[in-house]
Amino acid sequence: MSEAAYNFAYLDEATKRMIRRALLKGLAIPGYQVPFASREMPMPYGWGTGGVQVTAACLTPEDCLKVIDQGADDTTNAVSIRKFFERTAGVATTEHTAEASVIQTRHRIPEQALTEGQILVYQVPIPEPLRFLEPRESETRRMHALEEYGLMHVKLYEDIARHGAIATSYAYPVKVEGRYVMDPSPIPKFDNPKLGGNAAIQLFGAGREQRIYALPPYTQVVSLDFEDHPFEPSKADHDCDLCGAAQSYLDEVITDDRGGRMFICSDTDFCASRRADGLRGRLSPEEAA
Amino acid sequence: MMGSHMTFPAETPPLATPETPLLRVEGLGKFYGARIGCADVCFDLFPGEVLGIVGESGSGKSTLLSCLAGFLEADAGRVLYRGRDIRAMAEPERRMLSRTEWAFVHQNPRDGLRMGVSAGGNVGERLMAVGARNYGSIRDTATDWLGRVEIAPERIDDRPRQFSGGMQQRLQIARNLVTGPRLVFMDEPTGGLDVSVQARLLDLLRGLVRDMGLSVIIVTHDLAVARLLADRLMVMKDGHVIEQGLTDQVLDDPQAAYTQLLVSSVLQV
Repeated sequence: MSEAAYNFAYLDEATKRMIRRALLKGLAIPGYQVPFASREMPMPYGWGTGGVQVTAACLTPEDCLKVIDQGADDTTNAVSIRKFFERTAGVATTEHTAEASVIQTRHRIPEQALTEGQILVYQVPIPEPLRFLEPRESETRRMHALEEYGLMHVKLYEDIARHGAIATSYAYPVKVEGRYVMDPSPIPKFDNPKLGGNAAIQLFGAGREQRIYALPPYTQVVSLDFEDHPFEPSKADHDCDLCGAAQSYLDEVITDDRGGRMFICSDTDFCASRRADGLRGRLSPEEAA
Repeated sequence: MMGSHMTFPAETPPLATPETPLLRVEGLGKFYGARIGCADVCFDLFPGEVLGIVGESGSGKSTLLSCLAGFLEADAGRVLYRGRDIRAMAEPERRMLSRTEWAFVHQNPRDGLRMGVSAGGNVGERLMAVGARNYGSIRDTATDWLGRVEIAPERIDDRPRQFSGGMQQRLQIARNLVTGPRLVFMDEPTGGLDVSVQARLLDLLRGLVRDMGLSVIIVTHDLAVARLLADRLMVMKDGHVIEQGLTDQVLDDPQAAYTQLLVSSVLQV
């Protein structure tokens, strides 16, 4: 079958309409998990089936798509999803955050501030923040409906009791507009402050769990914490070894079997554009060679 | 303290006084199809009073307790808590009540505790549910309550599964009483414990009830427990209340035939 046999962006129009309705409802009630009839996608669950469906429903032929996986444009998940939409939608793609109108992401928010008109689509494995505290779906729905979120703090309490600090470092629960507690997908808590007051539209799709939720631009998002143990975004205590950035989220890379390691920006586009501007880090090729 | 906009009650009725009942039950009934769970139950519970409900297995004691606590939907009658019908109450309000002014002690501590959460977390849950957001003060309160139920403070970070049955039951009591409830429901709180542990638990309960001025409805099949804790006694059989009165009066001078049988069935040692 040729690529031309696919409808634009793979999904048929009725399905996209169904997803858009869920998206609109999600945007109208920030942080609320909207059920939707998730479709089988030509990729396994856990590879971003939810995000892909949301992206497909948002794309127009004029859009420019960027796909990142843990901040990187060149990892398997990002490359294959980008190719998927190149073939089925024929939209332009880019690796530059500023050029993209739709960005599908797995587990990161780009370092560069997003602007109005951009859409950030998250891939979500488990949308229910209360799942590991309360296994019954019927009960968690009731807890959301009645705003009973004490249990979420029990989890944070347990963290402090056991580790001396809130040890949750990713998928850190947030409260949206003072109402719904939301799982921000497994982004590092370093990215949590960027969720709130963001100029872009943020959409969350969970394919296996069949849920969509959303944050409209400039939504108030607060990370949960205790008065005497406030929320702290954290990152590795280093500068990027390639571009020297001090304020970006870093990946640790093991370089040999004698304890050698380097820290590099997890956002490859951010790092590359800094290097193109002539900025250098501790292990940049020129110095290291 | 209150983090959410759900505050209870919306319009505060006057506090129950010794003259007005805290809980008034009128013609309460629950039916499982054609079978009767309990029927025509009427009683008043006054502040600081302990009401025992005794009867054999299947007599409707637990059904009645579940209806009162809001776990089961009753089919008939009214339950007035401080003058307001809990059956007509909206669910958020009823759940708020059961987190703050009410408490429920289950027979099996596993039903009332979060087994995967430390003792401190278990005690702190109700505090956090009503808006406590200061880790230090939650922990201080939890430590204090562990002490009050005779659990060593250094075990605050242990999970309940590392506790003995008696300790688990005491932990469940601490977890329930930490928000200073007015009304406590207890379903066979001493069931499954050996007698010496039972005795200590009863002692503890008696002290807490007296110190905190709690109103308690306690379901038990153990007449000794009823004798020790309850001011008044209700005897149930086949879903109906067949006799009620002061505990000593009912136990020493039983009127109904079934109550006489019940009292005479107790082994004398």
